[in-house]
Amino acid sequence: MHYRIIKRGAEADVYLIPWYKTMAISKLRSPKKYRNITLDNLIRGRRTIHEATMLNDVKTTGIKTPFIYFLDLKRAEIIMEYIDGENVKNILSPEIGFEMGKYVSILHNKNIIHGDLTTSNFIKRKDDLYLIDFGLSFYSQRIEDMATDIRIIKEILSSAHIQIFYDTYKRFLKGYELTTNNNFSRILKVVKDIEARGRYARVV
Amino acid sequence: MKKIKKKNRFFCLGIESTAHTFGCSVIQFDLVKKKGKIISDLRSIYQAPDGSGIHPREASRHHLDKSPHILREVLIQANLKAKEIDLISYSAGPGLGPCLRVGAVIARALSSFYNIPLIPVNHALGHIELGMMLTECQDPLVLLVSGGHTMVLAFSNKKWRVFGETQDITIGQLLDQFGRYIGFASPCGNKIEQYANQSTKKYYNLPYIVKGNDVSFSGMLTATKKLIDNGYDIFNVCFSLQETAFAMLTEVVERALSFTEKKEVLIVGGVSANKRLSTMLKIAIKRQKATLYSCPIYYAGDNGAQIAWTAICDNISSGTTIKVQDALIKQSWRLDKVEVKWR
Repeated sequence: MHYRIIKRGAEADVYLIPWYKTMAISKLRSPKKYRNITLDNLIRGRRTIHEATMLNDVKTTGIKTPFIYFLDLKRAEIIMEYIDGENVKNILSPEIGFEMGKYVSILHNKNIIHGDLTTSNFIKRKDDLYLIDFGLSFYSQRIEDMATDIRIIKEILSSAHIQIFYDTYKRFLKGYELTTNNNFSRILKVVKDIEARGRYARVV
Repeated sequence: MKKIKKKNRFFCLGIESTAHTFGCSVIQFDLVKKKGKIISDLRSIYQAPDGSGIHPREASRHHLDKSPHILREVLIQANLKAKEIDLISYSAGPGLGPCLRVGAVIARALSSFYNIPLIPVNHALGHIELGMMLTECQDPLVLLVSGGHTMVLAFSNKKWRVFGETQDITIGQLLDQFGRYIGFASPCGNKIEQYANQSTKKYYNLPYIVKGNDVSFSGMLTATKKLIDNGYDIFNVCFSLQETAFAMLTEVVERALSFTEKKEVLIVGGVSANKRLSTMLKIAIKRQKATLYSCPIYYAGDNGAQIAWTAICDNISSGTTIKVQDALIKQSWRLDKVEVKWR
């Protein structure tokens, strides 16, 4: 099989591979040489199972995620649908932020926490927005965990996308507020609490 | 207040007193070559009793006791008289109030008595700026790990932007608080590393908490203390603690690196002296085809040179100085609030 690497990620390498008559993505969590082997096996196994389960579970909410074709737990590899679109990291706008906000609140309505909400984990294909990378995701009803998700996206917007941070984050929250079943103002309050826990933080 | 005289080189005195270290340093800056050189650096570190942490009042007394000697010696080694200094800088935050005040008082006194321009410096920024000057890296992703900070940063649009940080205690606090629990004297990082090296390398499961690019260490602190209480082997607990905590840090650095696609990583702060951490980072960073730069160990911990050098950068780019009556301290002065005019 011919493997072409398309992303050397932090926790997994992503390859584009031929899969029967089409192309597919192979997400391979190869062993981390820097990590203690017991810990490494534990983390890779856990995240692969999590990701595969979540990619399926999320579909019931109407959010678009890649389809899983094949799972190899021994290698910690998931073979899934190839989404041929633009990475949102490169094309972010306040309007996409709005859609992202809607997506995240739909997840949270179903008590799914993504755990790694960065702009590079959203893919735009024509009019459709796809959400990927569920390796750090989990189920939770805690407001704290939902707020953590929002804080992660805020952190990445205010660092990597600082030029359009204010508008995008505002639209993100707007989108979130529109669809959420949870107590929006309480979640926002906890986001501030988490920020205030940061070292030397003084949130006004 | 007099201006810095028009000449080819000038001298800047840096005073550092954020936490356990009182340090002074003189840097000579060559205006033609645009290069700085550390011509003297001295420090005295407050030693807390075994098993206890920094007491801010005791530490500030230590600083007061040692400051006249350190100041005198640093000038002698630089072969300068106090009045020949062209710029005085002090660490204005973030840090422990009583300790910061000692540095600020000395800086104000020198400035007003000798009529020398004065400039406040953010301590964390100092770590990064000196690290970049000494390693000569250009546009790095920075891992700042110390008793006061655990942050992954990259520069964009006039500020150092936080890509990831700890959501509770810092890596230095984790090491120190655990170390003190088993009776070490802080700073405990070195001792824990020695113990880990002597262990049988049996790994005990500990909470591995990575949230996006953020980490959390407080659960691990509780878990390691419990292992000790339940009679687990102390060497192996030290080993497991290092393996887990450093793997978390390495993972978030690799995450941020993969996201930002930077080609350089700079590690600064007291914890960067740990060999296991830099070994892990090297492996991860090589995978991302980037290069690891680490601040020389002597300048990894708190020192006066980081203050002096940052002050020079600030002053030559924008001529910043402040009045003596405005030379206050800011205990909670977050790095991502500082506008960096010279980058």
